[in-house]
Amino acid sequence: MTTSAPARATRALKIPTRLDRRYLPVLGTFVVLALMLVLGGTRYENFLTPAVVSNLFINNAHLIVLAVGMTFVILTGGIDLSVGSVLALSTVVTAALLQAGLPPAVVIPLAVGAGTVIGLAHGVMVHYFQVQPFVATLAGMFFARGLCFLIAPESIAIENASFVELASWVQIFGGWRMSSSVLIALVVVGLGFLVLHFTRFGRTVYAIGGGEQSALLMGLPVARTKVLAYMVSGTCAGLGGLLFAMYSRSGYSLTGVAMELDAIAAVVIGGTLLTGGTGFVLGSVLGVLVLGLIQTIITFEGTLSSWWTKIVIGVLLLIFVALQRILTLRRT
Amino acid sequence: MTNLLRHHLFWPVAALVVLLVANTIARPSFLAITVRDGHLFGAPVDILRTTAPLLLVALGMTLVIATRGIDLSVGAVVAVSGAVALSHIASSPNPDSPVTVLTAVGLALALCVVLGVWNGFLVSVLGIQPIIATLILMTAGRGVAMLITGGMITTVNSEPFKVLGSGFWLGLPVAAVIAFGVFAVVAFVVRRTALGMLLEATGINPAASRLSGVRSKTLTWTVYTASGLFAGLAGLLISADTMAADANNAGLFIELDAILAVVIGGTALSGGKFNLSGTLVGALVIATLERTVTVLGISPLVTPLFMALVVIAVTLLQSPRMRERLTAAARRPVATTPPEPQPAARPDSTEVKAR
Repeated sequence: MTTSAPARATRALKIPTRLDRRYLPVLGTFVVLALMLVLGGTRYENFLTPAVVSNLFINNAHLIVLAVGMTFVILTGGIDLSVGSVLALSTVVTAALLQAGLPPAVVIPLAVGAGTVIGLAHGVMVHYFQVQPFVATLAGMFFARGLCFLIAPESIAIENASFVELASWVQIFGGWRMSSSVLIALVVVGLGFLVLHFTRFGRTVYAIGGGEQSALLMGLPVARTKVLAYMVSGTCAGLGGLLFAMYSRSGYSLTGVAMELDAIAAVVIGGTLLTGGTGFVLGSVLGVLVLGLIQTIITFEGTLSSWWTKIVIGVLLLIFVALQRILTLRRT
Repeated sequence: MTNLLRHHLFWPVAALVVLLVANTIARPSFLAITVRDGHLFGAPVDILRTTAPLLLVALGMTLVIATRGIDLSVGAVVAVSGAVALSHIASSPNPDSPVTVLTAVGLALALCVVLGVWNGFLVSVLGIQPIIATLILMTAGRGVAMLITGGMITTVNSEPFKVLGSGFWLGLPVAAVIAFGVFAVVAFVVRRTALGMLLEATGINPAASRLSGVRSKTLTWTVYTASGLFAGLAGLLISADTMAADANNAGLFIELDAILAVVIGGTALSGGKFNLSGTLVGALVIATLERTVTVLGISPLVTPLFMALVVIAVTLLQSPRMRERLTAAARRPVATTPPEPQPAARPDSTEVKAR
């Protein structure tokens, strides 16, 4: 917040139509996304169809939710390595409790709440015990994965009628399809955006990322905000697990291995700096779409093997990081 | 007593002792070492052998962390190294010849050095944050390993190569001899020359050390290269143990284990002061922990849970806050004056150095 005030003042003096520097990385991501869509559209038939774009959202709804939560933590200058495991824990809890005969109205809050509690534990470890976020959430990652195996070593199918009904709810407008999971993901994105930009909590998140000492000296509630940021990420991971359970109609302890990397990559591609303080939720969503689109293009290409996905993601990460580096160098 | 409690190796060694005692209670013959076929056999020897790759990776990681960096790509480098070596051996007409094996080892290590140089370039020349710079290779590296093996698990039969993983030398496992040998050499070079101090200077304050004439850039570049090389060596040991190059699973999560080993050993992730002896104990703790799980008959499925509990316990005990409290509690009885009020302001995390 402190850094943006003088930036805004100089901007007002210059040509008013000039774009704020802060939006440049997000704009870059948007351009890449558009280029990929154009490339796919010209190269393959049936690429730029509502069905493909709808599927892009349906297949990545859980990742969008994870990336929104991850954005909060990264904005404070932390990191959350546990989201993949917490997502798996949430799918397993959902499936196991539904199998035990509990109604979805009880199961869903419990599954999401499990994520919140783990997030709370991370926040407490990071803030009150000064354990580095990397280590604290790494322990959380092992912990959640271990709990998954303890609850259910095997995959559990979800057969609860009302849950399946909720999962298969879909709205069709022309060729566009909107599933319940996409709807939930979009609501989460909207909430994340509102909270970050229009609440005191959101502004404090940016302030902590900009400089924790300064935020503390300004009298901002650093402790509460930091713990809350990890709780947001944990809750999002729990919700992501719920969406994944709806998508796969099962709970399995090995889901989401290395998914935290996808979430981090999406956030970085979306223009958020890992040092904290700069970035947007919408950028992270664009990042997820870019990752999803790589997968789609490789599927359409047909002859390319799946490991090219990893290499392309690595190259894209490199380009974005280098781009950000150049932008930050020019600013200082 | 307080001095002992405050020694940086106290908690890691205590954890190791607790694990060994737990194992010995569960299986009284745990610590027994027997000689069979001229080799040493027994759980402790086995633990030394399984520690070897982790120790190598953790060694490189300690140096990188000392300069305020982190290397997430080591797992991918492990996979690449195994893939290169085994692909070369598999494609050669004579897999049992020592020349083939030496060429394979040379090729793999050379490529890993290149990968390390790449990481070092991104961090020291382009100035990209280490966590992202190495994240790039972490993601892309496994893809490259898949590209090398053609997406299949390459298996070979080569006696000379197998020695690396499961052979014995003077009764000791070759893997352990290599890892502990490399560790000793690095520890000697780092601690008996100014190198270690220069690394710490770079980690504590890169700008100040550069101004006082330390070649921070070169040092940073060197540690990433070393980390790549050691990870490559670890990859050879791992692939020689299984005689298979699995691009997806070789060295999976080894970066996390290595970082844990470093942290358990008392080196702060915020850089600066590092201790290699701590890393050695940390690696042993993790290897023993994995062994304990099987000895105690805990289902391997809940291993992560068990690991998490130990990690949480050790990191909490080592956290600056907990140390403050422990030392305050130990000091109180002897204090003649009323105990000083605890400093209210939290020190900046970068200033906190685990000692």
